[in-house]
Amino acid sequence: MSTEATAAPTDANPVFYLAEEPHHPEGSSTALGFWMYLMSDCLIFACLFATFAVLGGSYAGGPGPKDLFDLPLVALNTAMLLFSSITYGFAMLATEKGKVGATQGWLAITGMFGLAFLSIELYEFAHLIHEGATPQRSAFLSSFFTLVGTHGLHVTFGTIWLVTLMVQVGKHGLIPANKRRLMCLSMFWHFLDVIWIGVFTFVYLMGMLR
Amino acid sequence: MSDSYTLAKIIFGRLTWESFPIHEPILIGTFIMVLIGGVGVVGAITKYKLWGYLWTEWFTTVDHKRIGIMYMILGLIMFLRGFADAIMMRLQQAMAFNGSEGYLNAHHYDQVFTAHGVIMIFFVAMPMVTGLMNYIVPLQIGARDVSFPFLNNFSFWMTTSGAVTVMMSLFVGEFARTGWLAYPPLSGIAYSPDVGVDYYIWALQIAGIGTLLSGVNLVATIVKMRAPGMTMMKMPIFTWTSLCTNVLIVAAFPVLTAVLALLSLDRYAGTAFFTNDFGGNAMMYVNLIWIWGHPEVYILILPAFGIFSEITSTFSDKRLFGYTSMVYATVVITILSYVVWLHHFFTMGSGASVNSFFGITTMVISIPTGAKIFNWLFTMYRGRIRFELPMMWTIAFMLTFTVGGMTGVLLAVPPADFVLHNSLFLIAHFHNVIIGGVLFGLFAGINYWWPKAFGFKLDTVWGKRSFWLWAVGFWFAFMPLYILGLMGVTRRMRVFDDPSLQIWFVIAALGAFMIAAGIACMLMQFYVSIRDREKLRDTTGDPWDGRTLEWATSSPPPDYNFAFTPVIHDGDAWADMKKRGYQRPLDGFRSIHMPSNTGTGVILAGLSTAFSVGMIWYMWWLAGLSFVSILAVAIGHTFNYKRDFHIPVEDVVRTEGERTKLLATQG
Repeated sequence: MSTEATAAPTDANPVFYLAEEPHHPEGSSTALGFWMYLMSDCLIFACLFATFAVLGGSYAGGPGPKDLFDLPLVALNTAMLLFSSITYGFAMLATEKGKVGATQGWLAITGMFGLAFLSIELYEFAHLIHEGATPQRSAFLSSFFTLVGTHGLHVTFGTIWLVTLMVQVGKHGLIPANKRRLMCLSMFWHFLDVIWIGVFTFVYLMGMLR
Repeated sequence: MSDSYTLAKIIFGRLTWESFPIHEPILIGTFIMVLIGGVGVVGAITKYKLWGYLWTEWFTTVDHKRIGIMYMILGLIMFLRGFADAIMMRLQQAMAFNGSEGYLNAHHYDQVFTAHGVIMIFFVAMPMVTGLMNYIVPLQIGARDVSFPFLNNFSFWMTTSGAVTVMMSLFVGEFARTGWLAYPPLSGIAYSPDVGVDYYIWALQIAGIGTLLSGVNLVATIVKMRAPGMTMMKMPIFTWTSLCTNVLIVAAFPVLTAVLALLSLDRYAGTAFFTNDFGGNAMMYVNLIWIWGHPEVYILILPAFGIFSEITSTFSDKRLFGYTSMVYATVVITILSYVVWLHHFFTMGSGASVNSFFGITTMVISIPTGAKIFNWLFTMYRGRIRFELPMMWTIAFMLTFTVGGMTGVLLAVPPADFVLHNSLFLIAHFHNVIIGGVLFGLFAGINYWWPKAFGFKLDTVWGKRSFWLWAVGFWFAFMPLYILGLMGVTRRMRVFDDPSLQIWFVIAALGAFMIAAGIACMLMQFYVSIRDREKLRDTTGDPWDGRTLEWATSSPPPDYNFAFTPVIHDGDAWADMKKRGYQRPLDGFRSIHMPSNTGTGVILAGLSTAFSVGMIWYMWWLAGLSFVSILAVAIGHTFNYKRDFHIPVEDVVRTEGERTKLLATQG
């Protein structure tokens, strides 16, 4: 008896369940889940970077980076992607203020920069292939086209997603579900920017030093 | 003539009448059997008008419990296929002596050993492990479902799509003849121009997407959805091992995706990653695939360790010995599993320093693993051990796995590996750990959690028959392979010259047949248990006097798992609740917020299968069309914002009321 009386109330009468349903904000796991997806995607790029590091010097008697890369063009391309990241940032600021029109406007500009980036990349690829530097020519070119092309593919899907979101924001406004989606695309878009910095440094700049 | 030929080429790609293996009597026989079975099943479903029920209640479900059960069924079906391959190989090797060619030609035999490995790892072990995690983890952490319920359904169907693709290769075209990891240059287009490797690539790519997404899902679930009070160090140990496994999945499967993508570029676009010419480097493939492949074996074994921990503790009626050290051992294994991949190819010639590094890291892994074995032994020490079926499988595991682990340490010594590399010793080693570890763990888990999933226990008579046949059969089947390996017999051989070896292969085949009988007994066990379910019925929801939260709810649990979100004070939450006089709440129920079912997962996976077929057979129109459709369906799905509903409070009251009545009959 006495022991029960001296025991702390929580021990004597433990609470084993919540009478009220705890409010799990909808999509509370989304940011974490999407972040994990991004990290797994990052690993795909890590493999492609590693492959480029191993095979990047295997020219098989074909052209090397110095014969092929046009740094000013790539610098212009890099600028396109960096600007698109800034404009996406403005889109997110507009979202925070609840401005539907401004959000869509900045998203549209971001998409334009994305398309400009893709166009320049496609032009570069076409030029290389025209010169005979095809992905089949050497292991160096295989890994170059695959790494840069995979990034380009991601930008393509990002652009499709961006257009989808513009429609959805137009349809439903800046409801929490749409804000969450905008945040995910934001992470995706900036992630591609970071990957591109890696590509620009390791593939193009350091390629010129090889 | 030539016009219709070109048209056929455009429509059917490289699929021609010759692609159907009508000259292989074994395959025709199998096909007829599958056809009869398939027509029987489809007919029965149609006759009893079950299609609607299956579609609304199962195929489109987002309930983690039903998805878990579907994973288990998928794994079980594929297990029968994978085992059929195994016994074919055992027969062939036991026969092919003294000038006999056996009964399998090389073309067929090479497909059989490749399919066996691929199926057993990707479509048996993975679905079963994922199935158990899916079913148990949300219950153990007191959650209503996983973080992303739709994604869960989608993941399951993607895995199924991969399995369907592999099965298709049995009757249309052929499977890879490269071994289960499809090393280039053999798997390159120059040496494998047929569809086999393409079947391999697309089956694994599609299934891999499912696995990766389910990994993301379960990590998010465990991190975000735990019941109040459940800190990381109060999580049940199975949840801990599941967390580590899913972290490994998220961190390893992208590597598989990447390396298979590079191989497909070599095959489809003519790039030069892994070719012999134009600067390619085949060892890059071998490195990358093992950077995925080694974590993969820990992905499989860690949940099994978790299962054994739960069972040892429950059936010894004691708290798990050394919980904290168990958690740390699991985490250490998770990390170390990334720095041992090179031990799969010490013979590559990376030099003494590299080989020593990877040899030492490999041996170091045996330390946390050994710590786990001791923890289990100390849990049993002075416990009240009940030798129920799950506990029997656990003890069989401890004996078998320890031997497998020791031969593993032996192989970790590079000079020894130079002798034993690619020998039957290696085959015996990894079957010893995968069967003795993963499979025994799954069987233990099935016997342990079956009553939770279906509300009745499994029959023990057939269960024990199955257990003894399996346990003894395993030793008969694989000990001879250790001996043969030490004598220098390499893997994947079809015929043998030295007649003195035959006796060992005959013993191994005998073991395989004992295992076959064990599988038959297991199927019988399921059948008898379902037939006698009223006799085996458990109304308490807690048939083993369990210790963790999944036993706190009814068996099978209601859709919403727990009427009220549980609050946790102790690692063994349910044992703590029972000890401190927990009273099940009888009123005050609320309506419960749940995710709605959706057919999008089935549709996307179906389209992915069509995409695979298009890519495998060069039917570019089909590949393009299905790819565009996948995009359209996926985008269309995002336009659906209403993805949840509330279970009305009356339903909750009724369900819980029925349970109250049931518990009252217990007295």
